[in-house]
Amino acid sequence: MQTVKMVVTGPFSAGKTEFIRTISEIDVVSTERKISSDAERVKETTTVAMDFGRITVDDDLVLYLFGTPGQKRFDFMWEILSEGMLGFIVIVDSTRPETFREARNILDTFRGYAATPYVIAANKQDFEDAWTPDDLRIALKVNRSLKVLPCVATDKEAVKSVLLELLYSILETMDLEAE
Amino acid sequence: MALKGNLHDFSITQLLNLIHLARKTGTLAIDGRNNAARVAFKGGKLVHATSGGADGRLVNLLIKVGKITPEQGKQIPANKSDRDLSEMLVKAGLLTKQDLDIMVRANVREVVERLFALTDGVFRFEPNVLPDDQLIVDPPLSLDNIIMEGTRRLKESEKLQDELPNLDITLHFTDRPDTRLRNVNLSVEEWRVVSYINPKNTIRQIAQANNMSEFQIRKIVYGMLQAGLVELIRPAGGALTPPPGARPVPAPISTEVKRSVVNRLIDRIKRI
Ligand SMILES: Nc1nc2c(ncn2[C@@H]2O[C@H](COP(=O)(O)OP(=O)(O)OP(=O)(O)O)[C@@H](O)[C@H]2O)c(=O)[nH]1
Ligand SMILES: [Mg+2]
Repeated sequence: MQTVKMVVTGPFSAGKTEFIRTISEIDVVSTERKISSDAERVKETTTVAMDFGRITVDDDLVLYLFGTPGQKRFDFMWEILSEGMLGFIVIVDSTRPETFREARNILDTFRGYAATPYVIAANKQDFEDAWTPDDLRIALKVNRSLKVLPCVATDKEAVKSVLLELLYSILETMDLEAE
Repeated sequence: MALKGNLHDFSITQLLNLIHLARKTGTLAIDGRNNAARVAFKGGKLVHATSGGADGRLVNLLIKVGKITPEQGKQIPANKSDRDLSEMLVKAGLLTKQDLDIMVRANVREVVERLFALTDGVFRFEPNVLPDDQLIVDPPLSLDNIIMEGTRRLKESEKLQDELPNLDITLHFTDRPDTRLRNVNLSVEEWRVVSYINPKNTIRQIAQANNMSEFQIRKIVYGMLQAGLVELIRPAGGALTPPPGARPVPAPISTEVKRSVVNRLIDRIKRI
């Protein structure tokens, strides 16, 4: 049986756990902890090691989704998680520009681990004050050739299309390498 | 007179009990098949312990806990005593006395607790001999707690050994979604193991890749088996053991992925 792995990363509270939860066929095995410091109390819990979701294709192919912890102090897990990944998704909370710089740093760090394809998900598009994917592209200073996709992590169709776009990018990279 | 013998006849537990009850002062040298240690006592209490050769040096301890990098470690002269080095680091403000104290204590405990697993080897106790250039734990550690913890671990380890006798088999994730998977909360150590789970890696290789002892890996794998997260793959015909030196491969390797695999993933996700 073959297993392939994709990594879902991004800043604190961007929606990584929600993204995996929406698409995984098993209850996400997660390492959530109650948040202790006031500064970070924009929500109840945070991921401390990783999230783990699964999509079974058939008897001999399984896709695992690994979500990284968002908080900087758990970044020692990142490299471990990135080993052998097929591609990765950087999730950004489009309503919180104060996290964009962090998103850019995370993106660079993951690119450093492996030259695998990736896409950026402009999450929480269901909020009125969400930045559009185009504006986010400029804010994050990412190249036109990269996909910045609209996303609502609680919506299955939106999550599916982000995953599909990443897979299409992976196919394109394979074509380029074959040439 | 020196106290000498074989661990076959006189166990670590019995030895430590003797030193504790007789309030002995001196150094105990243990030479096991794959573990050697020097442990020093003052009035029946633990003041110092190192395992292996160079492994026990402060430099290596500092590298292990990430206080200095291996490169910085190389710059420290080999003949510098641990005591001199620690004074230097504290003076330079690179380490507080408290940090150092916690680190040395934890290390001494660990070295001694690991000894409990030894059933083979020779020991020799030199009365009134104490290390002179080493870091001494002050106040000394009382042995009764350590003996209790060691015996508890020994029992646990024997039980785990019964539950999971063979470490040369591989693991895979459970295929069917299981209600038992609910509320599984894994520690960082467990996640490290998870990232190596793959039918190519034996449990022993995963332990080596993560620098874990047999006891640690048995405990983690046993926990995951109980939680229904993984299953053991029994080798067919028993001939599947990979060569001992084989490097473990982290879970899925992207270079092996073919176009057809990506296309199958696409089809599947479209159907969700
Ligand atoms: N309305 C809306 N809420 C979202 C969306 N994505 C995530 N959320 C909510 O935002 C909060 C944070 O999401 P999480 O999935 O916990 O974020 P995370 O990236 O896993 O956070 P850490 O693990 O702490 O780094 C949760 O309350 C989610 O329910 C979205 O697209 N729309
Ligand atoms: Mg999370």
